[in-house]
Amino acid sequence: MSETPDDLKYSKSHEWLRGNADGTVTLGITDHAQAQLGDLVFVEVPEAGRELEAKDACAVVESVKAASDVYTPIAGTVVEGNESLGDTPEAVNNDAYGEGWLLRLKPADASALDSLMTASEYQAFVESE
Amino acid sequence: MLIFEHSRPGRRAPSLAPAGEAAADDIPAAFLRDGVPGLPEVSEMQAVRHYTRLSQKNFSIDTQFYPLGSCTMKYNPRACNSLAMLPGFLARHPLAPASDGQGVLACLYELQEMLKDITGMKAVSLTPAAGAQGEFAGVAMIRAYHRQRGDTARSEILVPDAAHGTNPATATMCGYKVKEIPTDKQGDVDIEALRAAVGPHTAGIMLTNPSTLGVFERRIKEIAAIVHEAGGLLYYDGANLNAILGKVRPGDMGFDVIHMNLHKTFSTPHGGGGPGAGPVGVSGRLEPFLPVPLVAYDGDEYRWVSLQERPQSIGRLSAFMGNVGVLLRAYIYARLLGREGMSRVAEFATLNANYLMKRLQAAGFDLAYPERRATHEFIVTLKRQAKQQGVTAMDFAKRLLDFGYHAPTTYFPLLVPECLLIEPTETEAREELDGFVEAMQEIQEEAQTNPELLHEAPHTQPVRRLDEVRAARELDVRWNGAG
Repeated sequence: MSETPDDLKYSKSHEWLRGNADGTVTLGITDHAQAQLGDLVFVEVPEAGRELEAKDACAVVESVKAASDVYTPIAGTVVEGNESLGDTPEAVNNDAYGEGWLLRLKPADASALDSLMTASEYQAFVESE
Repeated sequence: MLIFEHSRPGRRAPSLAPAGEAAADDIPAAFLRDGVPGLPEVSEMQAVRHYTRLSQKNFSIDTQFYPLGSCTMKYNPRACNSLAMLPGFLARHPLAPASDGQGVLACLYELQEMLKDITGMKAVSLTPAAGAQGEFAGVAMIRAYHRQRGDTARSEILVPDAAHGTNPATATMCGYKVKEIPTDKQGDVDIEALRAAVGPHTAGIMLTNPSTLGVFERRIKEIAAIVHEAGGLLYYDGANLNAILGKVRPGDMGFDVIHMNLHKTFSTPHGGGGPGAGPVGVSGRLEPFLPVPLVAYDGDEYRWVSLQERPQSIGRLSAFMGNVGVLLRAYIYARLLGREGMSRVAEFATLNANYLMKRLQAAGFDLAYPERRATHEFIVTLKRQAKQQGVTAMDFAKRLLDFGYHAPTTYFPLLVPECLLIEPTETEAREELDGFVEAMQEIQEEAQTNPELLHEAPHTQPVRRLDEVRAARELDVRWNGAG
């Protein structure tokens, strides 16, 4: 079974979100998602300043099987993308919740995180899929 | 081994070598080379052996069953090849006057007419030089149509999530935003989601019918009505045309524009990048925008139709007519089959697919859409085997190579996990299909008793399992010299 840390929020499209102390939110794809995709060979992250609506495609992850969009479940402005993934896409496979983060954004509505799934809800969702 | 590695300085194939140096005095000095190009220096026999060996390493339709879903790897009749290579065709210069090429123009004109008839479209242009260029031409015409009406707010193309990746790529290339439409559990387009997605921003929808899920889109007329009512147009991706030849026509389903992959449906050779042909057909309202040249016939003489006659055309897509040699092969193929033969293609393509599907199901394989009848292809999902035995669709695919079968399409469509998309085509005999089922059964048993055999497959091929991840991460496509 893949990891789902308790302190994160989750979306149905398999992203995780972490509320940071400075009010920003960090976003990545879940351990389950990276396992499904297989070894990543290319990651594209957004540039700082990009405005995102909820459900917008915000990054691209590409494995030898498929290229997939990553969606942000909440609206906000990109603060930074994890540019280092350009050289080390495997970080998403090896450390999905740490080094493999994709982007940090300033949410349009700080309470938007509350509507997302908890770790146990996400686990149940994955099993039902 | 590369031919460059066989090279030894001074070695020659004298009977094939050019006689002496050619005078290049009409080329400006700035464009002349300083030295001779670094070509391999080998004997004639070495060259023959080298390329013969390479050809023996090929997996091809001429040697093996090739059920590569969505690609329609059918037999290419030799007659098409030899007739298209008649000297009258081969020696014709593309700039020769039309009066000197009435034969080839007649063939192209008749091909236009036959493709109109088969697809139910009002007009056809043969010029796109590949399926991808056909798609580009199709969406460019949709764009030209809206623009000509001053309807500039239409900025979105709808694409079902089951679509070929080329569809969103084409829409993006033509400057559109792509909106994805989900698929329902039975493999049809989710009509309610489509209703919610259409509006004044909708330029059109790109659909394949039958879809990439190997099933016929049953509510196509409703889909056409919804998109047309919203002011959008319908684009038909001809990738799966083989299944419906002579049975049902995209024009009758309500489509406004279609591209055809002649290398699939009309049996021209599949190229590794070309030359190809991707003719486009259109309904009446898009006719003025067709790419040129077209071939016209006034009952007496065949002639080219150029931009002067078609001021609204999206223009030329290549210097001449596209790939005439490929178009001729398709023309001959269609003439060999005739109208009745065309319907037989669809009948046997779907019969073979359904036979293979039922036999694999009986052999214990899970179908992605067990309640649906297959069209010309179908999907097996190995999700259960992946969970229980740890063997993936890729492992099955690689092991099939050891049994002498080209692997089906793997991991596409993306909607179905651990999938094999299997398309036998109409040109395979029943014994061949039975052999494939037996191989799949045997691999299934190996998955239980000796899964390592699958993980490490292929075992009998010129190369073993390739490290696709490393190949993609450390891309190396340039030869840097021997040693």
